[in-house]
Amino acid sequence: MKQVFSRPESLKNVSTHFCPGCQHGSVHRLVGEALDEFGIRSKTIGIASVGCSVFLYGYFDVDVVEAPHGRAPAVATGTKRARPDRIVFTYQGDGDLAAIGMSEIIHSANRGENITVIFVNNTTYGMTGGQMAPTTMPGQKTSTSPYGRDAANDGAPFKMAELLANLDGVAFSARVALNSPKNVLQAKKMIKTAFRYQVEKKGFSFIEALSACPTNWGMSPLDANQRVTDEMIPYFPLGVYRNTANL
Amino acid sequence: MTTTVSEKIFVKGNEAVAMAALEAGCSCYFGYPITPQSDIPEYLSRELPKRGGVFIQAESEIGAINMVLGASAAGARAMTSSSGPGISLKQEGISYMAGSELPGVIVDVMRQGPGLGGIDASQADYWQATKGGGHGGYRIIVLAPNSVQEMYDLTMRAFDLSDFYRIPAMVLADSVIGQMKESIVANPRLAAMLPAKDWAVRGRAEGTPQNVVKSLKLGDGEMEKHHWMMHARYQELADKECRWEEIDTADAKLIVTAFGSTSRIARTAVAMARAEGMKVGLMRPITLFPFPKQAYATLSERCKLFLDIELSTGQMVDDVRLAVARDAEVAFYGRPPGTGSLPTPEEIYEQIKKQCRA
Repeated sequence: MKQVFSRPESLKNVSTHFCPGCQHGSVHRLVGEALDEFGIRSKTIGIASVGCSVFLYGYFDVDVVEAPHGRAPAVATGTKRARPDRIVFTYQGDGDLAAIGMSEIIHSANRGENITVIFVNNTTYGMTGGQMAPTTMPGQKTSTSPYGRDAANDGAPFKMAELLANLDGVAFSARVALNSPKNVLQAKKMIKTAFRYQVEKKGFSFIEALSACPTNWGMSPLDANQRVTDEMIPYFPLGVYRNTANL
Repeated sequence: MTTTVSEKIFVKGNEAVAMAALEAGCSCYFGYPITPQSDIPEYLSRELPKRGGVFIQAESEIGAINMVLGASAAGARAMTSSSGPGISLKQEGISYMAGSELPGVIVDVMRQGPGLGGIDASQADYWQATKGGGHGGYRIIVLAPNSVQEMYDLTMRAFDLSDFYRIPAMVLADSVIGQMKESIVANPRLAAMLPAKDWAVRGRAEGTPQNVVKSLKLGDGEMEKHHWMMHARYQELADKECRWEEIDTADAKLIVTAFGSTSRIARTAVAMARAEGMKVGLMRPITLFPFPKQAYATLSERCKLFLDIELSTGQMVDDVRLAVARDAEVAFYGRPPGTGSLPTPEEIYEQIKKQCRA
């Protein structure tokens, strides 16, 4: 009998702390599959960030450096420059990457650091209990925007995949979602492309993955998944925003 | 046996730091321009690429220290340098490095503060350097050069101490030492017995354990254990690594104490006092952390009067008072940092005379 589905070798055989319906697990799996398929697990170094993503070292069977909040791209810069023969990726949430870490991500991208950034956008600070994030959507209620995000007071959400696509140092920038089997397959393809570009030394590659956060959205997993479809994707359109292969 | 005799060269303090970093095998430098230390990144931006090293002018001091963190985690000898305002920004990263047991060298060429302050010499960042600087309760190794030669020697020493103890190390200079030129001998690096960096991230090859460099410690008792481990290392540093210089202390009735640039001025004042027959000596701590407490305690068994001189309203004086015997008196003379506030030898000599009369 042929086995057609198993845990990627790049992931440990452990259960995660992620809430039911959270899509971090799906993103972890797709990254693990990409590392397996390129055969690069043993030369990969992950850079964990602060937030729900911090336990990267507990789930990935790779060496990991834990970065201060928002600083993962700077830490990755140091690690990659010191060991250019390694595959280095950061894994960051929206508060980490697009608020406190905006300077680090923009400058790492602009330098064309040959690293891969996996950015999980669930429109809220998950670990700290659902506060307003730089990607919280207009009108979205959170524990620090109890009347809904007001662009006049808080600004509009950042669209990171589009923003980074403007920088010459970026080789690949795409937004994906995990809300349907079709989108998961597409996300897999994009994540593989991002790592392939690093393996081929093409420069900075960026994946923004839209993710549900049922706990902090106050929704059931199914309703949260539906919100990704109905609200997030129309505001944060999926697609490839920069691909140097097409320039 | 062959010995290499290096020629004397005439260089700036900041250049001596950069030269020593190269000699020490520093392969990665990350920094951001700030007066009065910009000679260091300028020198290394020219010299590191020639040797296959990494030089990045970071987007900020925060970016720079985190690049040091990342390179150090990968096993490289890494360094950054700055001055007050930038050192404040680096404190977050230094705390994470301390928590993650990562080595790395931070050079602080002190300038005036608080705030933007000014670019003249200051010693008012003694507390920030020696008491932890960032959050969480940790210490870093702090070395205080008072000459261009020591800028060279102590920078090299900082790399070895930092690697050996897995504690970040700071070279705490100031704009006088950083900007002045003196002749030095650029000694070759001495071989040091250092443990292998088997904790570094390199990619988990088959059969090797997963290496994780982190400061998050959530396990029951894990953080407490970590703190006691750090505490034990600080004690080991205190037992083995204290360095200081004594001049004319054997028969001294008054011991002047100062570090860094101020100690150079004090040395001249002490010589003036000796020439006048006053029994005055100088005690200069070279390691500010570990602070040479025992050396002060020993001195204070026979000499009961100390005069602490600083370019601040008094910071190291706290440590001196804690270190000396209970019946010893510690007087203080300081000038807060500021343009025109660097004391003259004559000014310190007057303070010595005042204490000797008292």
